[in-house]
Amino acid sequence: MKTYLLPSVKITIILLVILSGLYPLVIAGIGKFTPGHGDGETIEYKGRVVGYANEGQKFTKDKYFWSRPSAANYQADAGVGSNKGPSNADYLKDVKARIDTFLKHNPDVKREEIPAELVTASGSGLDPDLSPAGAKVQVPRVAKVRDIPAAQVYKLIDDNTEQPLLGLFGPPKVNVLKLNVALEELKK
Amino acid sequence: MNTEYIGIVFMYLATIALAIPLGKYIAKVFKGEKTWLGFMAPLEKLIFKFSGIDPNREMNWKQHLKALLTVNLLWLFYAFFCLLFQGHLPLNPDNNPNQTPDLAFNTALSFVTNTNLQDYSGESGATYYTQLFVFMFLHFVSAATGIAAMMVVFKAMKDKITDKLGNFWDFLVKSITRLLLPISFVIAVILAFNGTPTSYKGKDTVITLQGDTVHVSRGPAAAMIAIKQAGTNGGGWFGVNSAHPFENPNYLTNIVENISIILISISLVFALGYYLNKKKLAWVIFGVMTVGFLIMIFPSVSAEVNGNPAIAHLGISQPGGSMEGKEVRFGPAASAYWGITTTVTSNGSVNAMHDSMMPVSGMAQMFDMMINAFYGGVGVGYLNFYIFMIIAVFISGLMVGRTPEFMGRKIEAREMKIASLIALLHPFLILVGTAIATYVLVHFSNAGWATKPSAWLNNPGFHGFSEMLYQYTSSSANNGSGYGGLTANNIFWNVSTGLVIFLGRFLPIIGPVAIAGILANKKFVPESAGTLKTDTATFGIMIFAVIIIVAALSFFPALTLGPIAEHFSIK
Repeated sequence: MKTYLLPSVKITIILLVILSGLYPLVIAGIGKFTPGHGDGETIEYKGRVVGYANEGQKFTKDKYFWSRPSAANYQADAGVGSNKGPSNADYLKDVKARIDTFLKHNPDVKREEIPAELVTASGSGLDPDLSPAGAKVQVPRVAKVRDIPAAQVYKLIDDNTEQPLLGLFGPPKVNVLKLNVALEELKK
Repeated sequence: MNTEYIGIVFMYLATIALAIPLGKYIAKVFKGEKTWLGFMAPLEKLIFKFSGIDPNREMNWKQHLKALLTVNLLWLFYAFFCLLFQGHLPLNPDNNPNQTPDLAFNTALSFVTNTNLQDYSGESGATYYTQLFVFMFLHFVSAATGIAAMMVVFKAMKDKITDKLGNFWDFLVKSITRLLLPISFVIAVILAFNGTPTSYKGKDTVITLQGDTVHVSRGPAAAMIAIKQAGTNGGGWFGVNSAHPFENPNYLTNIVENISIILISISLVFALGYYLNKKKLAWVIFGVMTVGFLIMIFPSVSAEVNGNPAIAHLGISQPGGSMEGKEVRFGPAASAYWGITTTVTSNGSVNAMHDSMMPVSGMAQMFDMMINAFYGGVGVGYLNFYIFMIIAVFISGLMVGRTPEFMGRKIEAREMKIASLIALLHPFLILVGTAIATYVLVHFSNAGWATKPSAWLNNPGFHGFSEMLYQYTSSSANNGSGYGGLTANNIFWNVSTGLVIFLGRFLPIIGPVAIAGILANKKFVPESAGTLKTDTATFGIMIFAVIIIVAALSFFPALTLGPIAEHFSIK
């Protein structure tokens, strides 16, 4: 054992310098040239930073598109999923309550039109996106509150929909923060 | 939905397309042949010179194990004390506190062993120092330890009598400089350009569009996330791992991260073929592993895409499948695919919460970890498979009534004893652990501990049992994923899973290395007409049967009490 202890200590030291010291510094240097300069990409509205493009945030007012339910209440320093199992009776009660709340705020929507993502919590608690269907089902409410034609809002969703990667891979999605900023910027 | 299926098919095909040339490359590196990363040689020289190591001094299997265990023990102590005092160490912009002794014990063991169970959350339970200088460091060296141990077995399988099996430090360093570091570098750059933070700044405070104040955790995460994927480590920067929008920002990063989960594990199988010049054997091994992998993929993807019947009964639609615990940008197919890839290898990172997945997926994930050799962790996956091969050779030998031989060496009582013990260790650790936890939960549910056993579980009934079973399975398999609902950061779970992790790592390394070392010293028997051919489909089926009989059947009763019962109870 003793024969190996000294080389162990020394190799640990030099590997710490290379792997934990230099390597992330080099990546941080390269990160300076990325869109967010390595700090995370932010989104501005009226000259004020209103959030990070990749991090979902809470929207509960009727004039905004709502984000998905979050077990973390969108606290971006404590992301967490609900970890509720699919057969958990209490959990199913919560989902039912969310459906009822949604129907109350969206009286024009039929129950079977509600996509599950709007009443189930995301994995990170910070999901920044909705599916196009998840956004479109909220249009009647948003259009009514803002008193703008629904067609205009549908178009806004289409404009803000990110198609699958190369048109081939993965689901389409809509970034809720970007969509709501675009909504605010809409000229009446 | 079609683009989601195309996405996962693409991920798998791309992985294989990359794994074959990478395997060839790895074989070249360890044969000492020239490769295009030759410019790393001066760095390696510097490392060896600084450490006073002669990388050309050959070791026998016992010396290999001594070096391996010594340096791992050192890392264990180093990690433990860093975590215990992380609050006082530099690089702590968010002022996070020290870890408690039982948490530090669990975390240190967990990272040294390539497990990464993570009973803490990165945002609040670690500092930038411990993330980089403990966790990321261990991501590299624990993966390299696995590859180094595997290389000893590779060397010992060559057809000459020898006790010279290469140099442990040489294997360790080259695994890092020629394989893990370059691959991580590429992944980290891709992540950085897609939105993963790289800077050392602490939390940011933002007032949202609606007017809420939120604190946004950040940090030099891209570098670490790259190696946690490539080294089958799985311990992420953020608590929710690759479900976090910084850790895995979009579908492109999801493809890159998911490919890197299984890339090295698969390429090491091909490396065996090139290294020993036994390509047919490599394809047999790959074939058996792939069949096991595919059998698990289909039911899980289909269960997630079809959604939760209990939610369907509430009258809403599930166009995106079962979405509890999942992210919109990945969707159900890619989440299920990740769940299987991360459990067949010993990675354990997640891009969706396994606790909320359908019971069929939960069963598939646990089953993968119970086998722990369909691709498996980098290096160690092959070691587990090696044990199954030895047992398969022995049983085949008994069936035809001749002395079992493997790669020209007789398998005798001593090797078989080791192989059997290692094969039985895994079910022993998982089932005994779960049994004790269940007993404590039932009989001492109100014990006056900081966390009462009655508060352990996040879900009642069968699913609650699955939470405990999953935790021990993940620990023993050195996987590190978890059913996040389990309240695991308390003395009972920290200590018990810590011990399971430790035994589940080092005994399955020592066993195969010992067997290989003993076999390499035996007389080489040239192949004859009576030799059992190991590079045939027949032998592949034999290995598969052994895996099912030895591993799967021992776990079947436990799975029945958990996910299987839950599956039939959801209406």
